Amino acid sequence: MIRPSDDAAQPMPRLLDAVAIWKRFGGLEVLQGVDVSVTPGECLVLLGPSGAGKSTLLRCLNLLEPIASGSILFEGREIANTPRRQAALLRRRMGMVFQNFELFQHLSAEDNIAFGPIRVKHMPVKQARELAGHLLRKVHLPDKAAAFPDELSGGQQQRVAIARALAMEPALMLYDEPTSALDPETVGEVLNVMQELAEEGMTSIVVTHELGFARRAANEVVFMEAGRVAHRAPVGDFFNGSAPDRVVRFLNRMHA
Amino acid sequence: MSLFQPHLLAQYLVSADFFHGAMMTLSLSIASLATGLVVGLVLAVGQEVPLRAVRALVVFYLWLFRGTPVLLQLVFAFNVLPAFGLLLPGFACAVLALGLNEGAYMAEIMRSGIRAVGPGQRLAARALGLEEWRVMRWVVLPQALRIIIPPIGNQFIGMLKLSALVSVIGVQELLLVADQTASGNFRYIETLTAAGLYYLALTTVFMAIQSVIERSYRRRPGARRAVVAAASSTQFIR
Repeated sequence: MIRPSDDAAQPMPRLLDAVAIWKRFGGLEVLQGVDVSVTPGECLVLLGPSGAGKSTLLRCLNLLEPIASGSILFEGREIANTPRRQAALLRRRMGMVFQNFELFQHLSAEDNIAFGPIRVKHMPVKQARELAGHLLRKVHLPDKAAAFPDELSGGQQQRVAIARALAMEPALMLYDEPTSALDPETVGEVLNVMQELAEEGMTSIVVTHELGFARRAANEVVFMEAGRVAHRAPVGDFFNGSAPDRVVRFLNRMHA
Repeated sequence: MSLFQPHLLAQYLVSADFFHGAMMTLSLSIASLATGLVVGLVLAVGQEVPLRAVRALVVFYLWLFRGTPVLLQLVFAFNVLPAFGLLLPGFACAVLALGLNEGAYMAEIMRSGIRAVGPGQRLAARALGLEEWRVMRWVVLPQALRIIIPPIGNQFIGMLKLSALVSVIGVQELLLVADQTASGNFRYIETLTAAGLYYLALTTVFMAIQSVIERSYRRRPGARRAVVAAASSTQFIR
């Protein structure tokens, strides 16, 4: 397990360090100088009311959305102004999981997972299918290789989507409200997989409203509001009541 | 002379002229539809290109070919193109006019298929690191294809009937054969009935093929969404 500890002599080099990210949609300032960073092996949870810009921030980090200004350092390189073509190359290093799963409807679970390695990395089909089988076991769906997305429950689809992202062997996983579209009884199975990955040292940034997950799996919590970072703290400090009033009010509303 | 002579009808049905006319109708329809598919795909993808000039060109094409009668386009290809040194045989003229016209309608069907594939699917593909054209090739088009198969079947059946227009430029298809036969003996009932039965036979066969294809897609998982989308896709009236 590689997790940053407080007593480390040297600060860990950051895997991703985004500084002063600004983003506009039309006249709307969605992100107003946001700073976020993760060190390798760390799990960062983004909390905040809807419309705070959390999902937009994730899409800016993997260059799906262009930013107005700011700096994004990823694996030691400045990537904020990457041209479109190279942006596709960079995205291979960041896995993304969506609220609505977005599995490819015309492909089986196995082929969804093998898709990235085959179409992007040009991996031989046989090898990609073996990798898919391995990843299906990892997300506890060993017998669903042949199932199509509309034959799977939401929780199963989301676990396949996680496996699809892992198949590209990303350095960083971005989860965009991965359990918001799920039935309550399937939320746990998805969060468990995410927590297992985090414990194995998978670096991740998670946008979620699941406070329990944040407590169990996060190293650090960032609270966003109206396009800004309103509060940031290590997970222990975040939930011990020392957070600013409006953060505490938000957390209480989430529990209600 | 009685009004309707069954033996004449039977004679026409088995005659080489009518059979060749029917085969001409069939090959015209297949060639024109194939041309229309290629033109339609180019136009549909052209509408998704982020270049304004390309999209404007597509809109102009659609405006031109959907805004004028296909009969005019046909006669234009046959009578005006030779003046510009482009002397095509009747069959080629017919395929050119019907195909280019069909492309304008096919583009709309293909576009509705492409649009029916949600933006989230493209986003997911881009997030995996696919370039734009690979997103189109491996994620959007395979899903769009399932959606557009039923309306394309309808277009083909429409084309079988539309090809009768080609009689005006002298291509020996079914209707012209019937008309020429009748002009010799004025037996319009038997000749037109024979042609009508050929058309019905052709359309029946293709409707049957269409329903087999649709059923095989419905049985396949992942097709539920496609069938719903196809049912709501635009049908065209000419």
